[in-house]
Amino acid sequence: MIRWLIALDSVVRRDTLRFFKQTSRLVSAIVRPALWLLVFAAGFQNVLGVSITPPYETYIPYDVYMAPGLLGMVLLFQGMQSSLSLVFDREVGLLRLLLTSPFPRAYLLFVKLIAGTILGVLQAIVFLGVARLAGVDIPNSAFMTVIPALVIGGFTLASLGLLLSVYVKRLENYAGAMNFVIFPSFFFSTALYPLWKIAESGALWIVYIAQLNPFTSVVEMIRFAMYGQIDWRSVLITFLVGTVAFMIAARGYDPQRGVLGRKSQE
Amino acid sequence: MLLMTVALSIDRLVKRYGKLTALNEISFSVEAGQVTALLGPNGAGKTTLFQILTGLFVADSGQVSILGIDIAKEPVAALKQLGIVFQQSALDPDLTAHQNLIFHGGLHGLSRKDATARADKWLKTFGLSDVSRKPCRQLSGGMKRRVELARALMTDPALLFLDEPTQGLDPKSRKELVETVFALARDRGLSVVWATHLVGEVVNADTIIVLDHGHIVGKGTSPELLIQTKVNSLEDAFLALTEQRHEGHAA
Repeated sequence: MIRWLIALDSVVRRDTLRFFKQTSRLVSAIVRPALWLLVFAAGFQNVLGVSITPPYETYIPYDVYMAPGLLGMVLLFQGMQSSLSLVFDREVGLLRLLLTSPFPRAYLLFVKLIAGTILGVLQAIVFLGVARLAGVDIPNSAFMTVIPALVIGGFTLASLGLLLSVYVKRLENYAGAMNFVIFPSFFFSTALYPLWKIAESGALWIVYIAQLNPFTSVVEMIRFAMYGQIDWRSVLITFLVGTVAFMIAARGYDPQRGVLGRKSQE
Repeated sequence: MLLMTVALSIDRLVKRYGKLTALNEISFSVEAGQVTALLGPNGAGKTTLFQILTGLFVADSGQVSILGIDIAKEPVAALKQLGIVFQQSALDPDLTAHQNLIFHGGLHGLSRKDATARADKWLKTFGLSDVSRKPCRQLSGGMKRRVELARALMTDPALLFLDEPTQGLDPKSRKELVETVFALARDRGLSVVWATHLVGEVVNADTIIVLDHGHIVGKGTSPELLIQTKVNSLEDAFLALTEQRHEGHAA
């Protein structure tokens, strides 16, 4: 058991070390959502009225509505960064080193997932502090109650990233793949506007896509958790999507059955 | 008793990629404490064989046993016995040599204290103490290879796999690496499988297996291969064995 924890510790330390050595990544992880919050929320503050919908008990400013979506964005980018790190590891040969370690392959991938989740949660909490400093009305208790939701959300988005890394083999293809995942996930969700608002505008097709989008569940789970509430539907969907994505990804990395095992020189 | 002396046993190994047969009924064994060279031109199947030996790929049929452990059935137990240096460098360029070794130790379940002690010892053995705190991207090709060798040895493997370990090295670094590995096998009783296409590196190997297009076309010590092919140098023997097969195919 101790061996397994040591391996987990080793991967988490290495990924954390890499994260803190990459200054631009460190800065952009916070600046990106902060810019959205300061610029986008300020611009749309008076355009988008948000009425009383759970978990909110009163009318809220737009930046308060947007904060959970931006926390989701932090996790989404981190999830994609985790998979980018796997593609990088494949390019520099480190993935082979990881996969030839004396542990079950699914555990090694799970460990990578945990490392990505921890980094995502840490960034999200830092961003929450930044949002609070920027004047967003966030309850004190949110710093604690949101953590389980961030962990589940981070796990799911890192799993989806892991799944992406099975199929995207080269770094140069990754930017395009990330754009295809990040932007549709973010825009076709409740991160920026509530679904009823979109339905009101008549764009029902966006509503349907948003309802199917797992990122919507992540955002709603975080939104409720910030106010000490549990949106079970979102929690279950998020957890289920994360688990299924991880299982498919682990199968993809399995030398007996996966796509990697069918290709030479990968 | 026989199992104790066989470090690696490969029995009728077959691997296909679609219509291409990368390995065709490959069988051989490696005695404990011996250096076995896998000599073959590019495309011979060396890397595919390596990927199967290290559990990265699974063979279509046949069996690989490492110290009597079937890698397909018990990959974790088999991988514990291995030290591996891949053809492509596998160091994290942003981490120092020391950090790379500590990371590897953790992946083998070594405590941080133990991994640190072993990393220090092996980096010193390979004359890398002075550069051990530099990011690996700042090290020369030869230094990086030595770091990888130190990393492969820090877990005390019974069997060391080297896949074209001298690729990209200058002649001096190459010579040093070859001498180091042969000395390790001699002094520590380490079993080594060395895949290469550079004949000069493996003249002194205990057994040379010549691989071509997924087939074993020659096997023996260097003098035995010279006798078998009736030539004066191992390089000529290698060419004769690989060309023989091509002529056979053409005919």
